[in-house]
Amino acid sequence: MRPAILSVLALTLLTGCALPLLLAAIGRPLFPHQANGSLITRHGVVVGSELIGQEFSRPEYFQSRPSAAGTGYDGTASGGTNLGPNNPRLKNGAADFAGIRHLAEEYRKRNGLAPDAPIPIDAVTRSASGLDPDITPANAALQTPRVARARGASEAAVRRLVEHYTKGPQVGFLGNARVPVLDLDLALDQSLGQVAPSTSR
Amino acid sequence: MRWLEYVVFLAIVVGLARPVGLYLARVCQRRHTFLDPVLQPIESRLYRLLGVRPAQEMTAGVYTICFLLFGAGCTAVLFAILMFQRWLPGGPADAYLTTPMTTDLAANTAVSFTTTTTWQAYAGEQTLRYLAQVVGLVAQNFLAGAAGLALGFAFIRGIARERSATIGNFWVDLIRSLLWVLLPLTLIGSLLLIWQGVPLNLAPYTTVHTLEGHAQTIAQGPVAALEFIKNLGTNGGGFFNANGAHPYANPTPFTNFLGMLAIAVLPASLMITLGHMTGKPRAGWVLLSVMLGLFLVGLAVCDRAESAPPPQLTGLHIAGGNMEGKEVRFGVGDSVLTAIVTSNTSTGSYNSMHDSFQPMGVLPPLVFMLLGEVVFGGLGAGVYSIVMIALIGVFLGGLMVGRTPEYLGKKITSAETRWIALYALLAPMVVLLLTAAAVVAKAGLAGLGTNSGPRGFTEILFAYASCMANNGQTMAGLNANSVFYNVTTTIAMLAGRYGLAALALSLAGRSQPRPACRPRREPCRAIRQPSARWSSA
Repeated sequence: MRPAILSVLALTLLTGCALPLLLAAIGRPLFPHQANGSLITRHGVVVGSELIGQEFSRPEYFQSRPSAAGTGYDGTASGGTNLGPNNPRLKNGAADFAGIRHLAEEYRKRNGLAPDAPIPIDAVTRSASGLDPDITPANAALQTPRVARARGASEAAVRRLVEHYTKGPQVGFLGNARVPVLDLDLALDQSLGQVAPSTSR
Repeated sequence: MRWLEYVVFLAIVVGLARPVGLYLARVCQRRHTFLDPVLQPIESRLYRLLGVRPAQEMTAGVYTICFLLFGAGCTAVLFAILMFQRWLPGGPADAYLTTPMTTDLAANTAVSFTTTTTWQAYAGEQTLRYLAQVVGLVAQNFLAGAAGLALGFAFIRGIARERSATIGNFWVDLIRSLLWVLLPLTLIGSLLLIWQGVPLNLAPYTTVHTLEGHAQTIAQGPVAALEFIKNLGTNGGGFFNANGAHPYANPTPFTNFLGMLAIAVLPASLMITLGHMTGKPRAGWVLLSVMLGLFLVGLAVCDRAESAPPPQLTGLHIAGGNMEGKEVRFGVGDSVLTAIVTSNTSTGSYNSMHDSFQPMGVLPPLVFMLLGEVVFGGLGAGVYSIVMIALIGVFLGGLMVGRTPEYLGKKITSAETRWIALYALLAPMVVLLLTAAAVVAKAGLAGLGTNSGPRGFTEILFAYASCMANNGQTMAGLNANSVFYNVTTTIAMLAGRYGLAALALSLAGRSQPRPACRPRREPCRAIRQPSARWSSA
């Protein structure tokens, strides 16, 4: 019995206290920005995290994917819809839930696309975390003309920014090409002028 | 591009199998390793503290009892931490902890984390204090993982030893697994995760002011302390509700790839350890290639189902594979690879929502869990999972040729076959009975809040298969935080961990030839020669 009781206590202390403390002692000084959540500050105000997506509804900004976290991009309630592919709710929606059909119509209207123009699927589906910080390059490309129009800038200038912020697959073959939305929108504000913050909500 | 990643992943796993497998054998046999100068002082001090005499070996029965006692102790400690977490100091603020830690949820979680299942009927960021996550869950990720590896070592010894009534010392195996394998690798791996962006702080949830002027609150915490060991120990329970899909838990494709390697390399290498220690290295490679074959089939089926445009959306002019419940940085490729790796290794640290997979995409994870985690398998547990399946094959082969079969130098008599049959029957019995109960009970059907019909049934079957396989991944549409599911999934997790382990160890203990059985060497050799072909077939 003695080893059983003592081992649980001693090894809990070793792995649940000593190791995390050692990790913090090495890791936090080495990577303070990441350890604190990769937060981004602009003019002294914390405007978000590099890694956590946020909601954009104004035409001057590139927009993130739809989100199922809380009421949308709730950083304290990560999660997906968990709707099965054959669940009619997913495609057709319900009174309190926008289905993919509706999301696609809205996306086309917002970006001035023809009713049968193909849309990249990430623009009308909700991510697993509900906090996806990225969109696909194809999604960004379809939004580029709208953003340029709303900001009175040339499409080429916006496209150059998008290309600059597009990340290829990591190490050449890991994962997908992606465009981090918050980084891109911050860059838009910086190079094309900040949009006055909305006062709604 | 997806297939390049799949191939590179498998190439690394196979390439590391031999060096890592031989290293694990050295750890198991207490032979010299390059880490000895640092770790041996800690090791001997721990033995003194615990009152363990490392040279003293145990029979299979005593070993199993120690394993059970240790599991019971861990469960009790974790249960206490969870029940009393409201008195723990530190964040997050009470306002965010909206899921109450009821007795049944605490018991379910305690069993779940001490059996490496890490089935989570709660959302981390809405339920747990930081200190409960670290002192409670991080510690159990290590301890349950190390106990599993110890069990694997003991099973290999039982199979390998010609004439010995003992299979090693549980406390020695446990401590050596922790010190020589899990702790150093976790230290390095966790630092890589922090570098890539996984937070490690005790800060309150941060409220930021978004570019459009709204307030967004972002959950924080000591995430990096948990996220590497959850994979290395084949546990799989994440810090946040979205587990490996949460950008703080798994920020880049690189962290995802690293996590998948952390899951697969050790269990795959244990096949080489098994071959090495039984003196039949070829048998180890045979088992590993069987695993790779099954893995590739599952991967191909799942990839095909998920990469095709969802047929349900035909006519809406939407381009691309199924991205509902998937992250852009992972896309279909990393999501499929992760689904297959985590469902195979009793880990379950999913990075995409399996409930939104196509029906054919859900099938491989479900089948792999029902098979009993034989591809790589849980850390340590994977060894006996695949050997037990192999023994069934050897037994059937023996029936066909009418000869007493042998595997890895051990005779499989009717006594051994009884243990094997019990082992093979336990999992389907538990899974089917519990699923049947859930689909007729009102409380069981009450869990189907999101999907119903065939999908709802799959969710329930998936839940019990996952708990029995000590996997812990979920089709999360099932609302499993109710007394009914907390109790029934606990039964499955206990049976999957302790029931199967006890049967496997008993067999390893039994399969040692008792001296009386072999009065003379010569006739035995005569039997062994022809049947040796079975061991490599």
